[in-house]
Amino acid sequence: MEQNSQHANLRSEWKTVIGLEIHAQLLTKSKLFSPDPSHFVEKENEHIHFISLGLPGTLPVLNQKVLEYSTQVGLALNCHINGRSVFARKNYFYPDLPKGYQISQYEQPICENGYIEFECKGKRKKVRIQRVHIEEDAGRFHHRGHCSLVNFNRAGVPLVEIVSMPDMNSPAEAAEMVRSIRKILKYMKVCDGNLEEGSLRCDCNVSVQKISDNKLGTRTELKNLNSFKFIEKAIEYEVNRQIHILNEGHKVIQETRLYDSTKNKTFSLRSKEEASDYRYFPDPDLLPVSLSKQWIEEQRKQIPESFLQKADRFQKEYGLSPKESFLITEERSRADYFEKMLKTKASAQLSANWLINEVLARFNENRMDIDNCPVTPEQLGEMIKMIERKEISGKIGKKVFSEMWNTKKNPVEIIKKLGLKKISDPNILSSMVEEIINKFPKQVADYKNGKEKIFGFFIGEVMKISKGQADPEALNKMVKEKLNS
Amino acid sequence: MSTKCLLWWIKMDLLNYKLHELTSLIRKKALSVKELCQFYMDRIEKYNSELNAVLTINPDILQTAENIDKNLNQYKDLPLLGIPILLKDVFCTKGIRTTAGSKILENFISPYSAEVVRRLEKAGAVILGKCNQDEFAMGNSNKNSAFGPVYNPWNKKYVPGGSSGGSAAAVAAGLCAASMGTDTGGSVRQPASFCNLVGVKPTYGRVSRYGMIAYASSLDQAGPMTMCVEDSALILESISGKDEKDSTSSIKEVPKWLHNCQSQNIKNMKIGFLNKEEANTSCSPEVVQSLEQVKTLLQSKGALVEDVSVPIMNMSVPVYYLISTSEASSNLARYDGVRYGYRSDFQNKKPDHLEEFYSQTRKEGFGSEVKRRIIMGTYCLSSGYYDEYYNKASQIRRIIRDHFVKIFSKYSLLIAPVSLSTAFSLEENPAGTLESYLIDSFTVSANLAGLPALSVPACFSSANQLPIGVQLIASHFDEQTLFNTALLIQEELKAVGKRPSYLV
Repeated sequence: MEQNSQHANLRSEWKTVIGLEIHAQLLTKSKLFSPDPSHFVEKENEHIHFISLGLPGTLPVLNQKVLEYSTQVGLALNCHINGRSVFARKNYFYPDLPKGYQISQYEQPICENGYIEFECKGKRKKVRIQRVHIEEDAGRFHHRGHCSLVNFNRAGVPLVEIVSMPDMNSPAEAAEMVRSIRKILKYMKVCDGNLEEGSLRCDCNVSVQKISDNKLGTRTELKNLNSFKFIEKAIEYEVNRQIHILNEGHKVIQETRLYDSTKNKTFSLRSKEEASDYRYFPDPDLLPVSLSKQWIEEQRKQIPESFLQKADRFQKEYGLSPKESFLITEERSRADYFEKMLKTKASAQLSANWLINEVLARFNENRMDIDNCPVTPEQLGEMIKMIERKEISGKIGKKVFSEMWNTKKNPVEIIKKLGLKKISDPNILSSMVEEIINKFPKQVADYKNGKEKIFGFFIGEVMKISKGQADPEALNKMVKEKLNS
Repeated sequence: MSTKCLLWWIKMDLLNYKLHELTSLIRKKALSVKELCQFYMDRIEKYNSELNAVLTINPDILQTAENIDKNLNQYKDLPLLGIPILLKDVFCTKGIRTTAGSKILENFISPYSAEVVRRLEKAGAVILGKCNQDEFAMGNSNKNSAFGPVYNPWNKKYVPGGSSGGSAAAVAAGLCAASMGTDTGGSVRQPASFCNLVGVKPTYGRVSRYGMIAYASSLDQAGPMTMCVEDSALILESISGKDEKDSTSSIKEVPKWLHNCQSQNIKNMKIGFLNKEEANTSCSPEVVQSLEQVKTLLQSKGALVEDVSVPIMNMSVPVYYLISTSEASSNLARYDGVRYGYRSDFQNKKPDHLEEFYSQTRKEGFGSEVKRRIIMGTYCLSSGYYDEYYNKASQIRRIIRDHFVKIFSKYSLLIAPVSLSTAFSLEENPAGTLESYLIDSFTVSANLAGLPALSVPACFSSANQLPIGVQLIASHFDEQTLFNTALLIQEELKAVGKRPSYLV
């Protein structure tokens, strides 16, 4: 116990500092510098143009789409877009690197000096972005028993690397930052954001310093963090490790460390001394990139509303709660679905309720994506309108929704087929109520003697014989009238 | 003369025809493409063993030739119809081995052809085969080849120059109608001078580098090596122009150089003669004399000739070797034995780690001059040295370029030596020595500045009877002035077109 509280005391003297390097594969049709497709393919060495393989004499030609996407990413992250940027070669040997160098950007990246804002534990956090640059992905090196194999399908796939300033101070903030970047990229449809498959990858630079100290501590770089959970856990582990080292009076070594999720530990991969000297220099095969102000402005127009702007708007425009609006804007496809529902003139609040409680709930059960939702937003909107017009009750609505989900049929059709339309015709209702009153004279007497709690009993009985189709409001009114007469 | 007699006469004289004359014989069916190819193949068979200029013969050559003969009507308007061309072995050729003069690519067969090759073939040329060269185009003697040195047809104790030494020797010895070389620091112009040929290094960006094995990407340009000025103009016209596959290729329109080629009326044209004293080295008396001869000729034709000072000239060689080796160290990293090319057998032991795999393969696969330059370039780019070497060299390179641009605002043409002397003997200038690098003193500037330059035969040395060329340098994209002035020199000094007598 004593040891624990001592540990906690020591811990509270330290401040955690985290910076991120995020690599995102861009969803272009072809690779960064060659015409072969850049999308994932199961079969090994299928997308291997001569250029991707770095065959003698081949030259890179820049994919213009990558310029557009990376500029849009930079603008979405509030960056300055450099009118002139330069591709550089990063030289090192590895079997998955066909040319013996990676084409990247070094001294003059395409985007610099931006920032991103996001919510973390109810507080708004701002993280500065140092730069966004373009580079090519490497292939994949596999070890199979006594032999090693290389798959070059991924070699040359375009990446943007987003480098943040060391502005995050907790594992949760770091994870939230990655979540936000992912959300932004997915919103723009420039990256599919899959951490597990590696289309979005994140390296964390972690250091600790005394709270009283202004100087950054020695950092370590954490790699192999392929889920939000691992990002938090790895940083948590690393922070504790560093504090422990410093408390013991030792020094943290600047190095790259690999996170092992099964052991929940980080391991040294290579120290700074062992790190390669990449010998960056401008790639003579590629001209510097020149972007006009007009072109940059055109790219700005291509950027969709951000999730934060959308969430704000949903609160203001549709009166949703912050929680609802964040849930709905979590994915662009959800937000799009929601707004398509509203196009049918269905009420915003009811639409939000249905989306969150029915549609999203079902996705969680079925591990599905809203993109392949069997119920179209238009169908759901129509159904909600029927509830609003009191043509059906909410309870019936759920039945109709299930049927829509299973059959993909329109609500009107389903209601007709199953005879689910709400009964609000006073003549029909009246005869039903009469029937029940006549059937239960004892209960009627009880009610009249002041046992008002029994009121619900009559409603339930009428509902039963109406198969749930009686309009509850009209029914209420009529039962009250009949009992009191 | 009877037709039979005429044909016999033509074939005896094939070596003396210019390319456009050969194509017109083929067009008239006075000569078949197959006959012409066979003619050169016979000469290769006869002379190559003593010259070592040709490394590989295109196995499909006769079939290709036959195909053109059979469908002559379809091809007959092509500018290089049926012209058999040899290529320096840095041009990738689909189906024909491409070695770059290196053991590391000894058995490499490219799955695609270089853009230059594609354009030559599209213009009707037939690829006869591939020529010896300095390994990865590094050298000026052709002694740095994994396939042995090339011998100068004018005197086999002498080098043909380099790095396009095989391409030069092959044209001089009449083993092909023309050849293609590449020029990074003088590798077309210097061997052209040593073998009595016309050699052109076009403006950087004129010719696509796609499929040309890179030595130093910002300096490399392909260029023709031919017996006369007109042939060079014709070939260059066929291979120039924008290629979408090479981002550094220029969209500048390609003029009709051959059509516009006429010995220049140079009356009142301002021509600068490079002040040789500003280089770090000096030229042989014969070279000085050849320049005087040219100066006298140009003056007699009314040109305004002046000496031009380029004080930064003495920086050219060091700047060239810093930039070219830096780029080379990166360009040659891909030869690692992983995907293609030579891989060490590690004496049948599995290498202990990846570093050993790389170092052993590259140690065995590369020759010593290539390794020297890779090490030099790696050093130049290393952290802590980058600013001092690569960066500084790039800055000076820009100053050199600006200086030349200024010169060409005043002069239409600049005349300079090609090399310091005639061809040197095989024993002289061992690789890696400072002397061997200074041989490039007068050629590297055009590469650093991206300017077009041409070497044209001027005279023969009275000391060793070897040919000497002079270098013409023009402003960016003004190859026409080079061709026109070179044509005047060709017509007046009459050194162009001469071959060693035993080969005729």
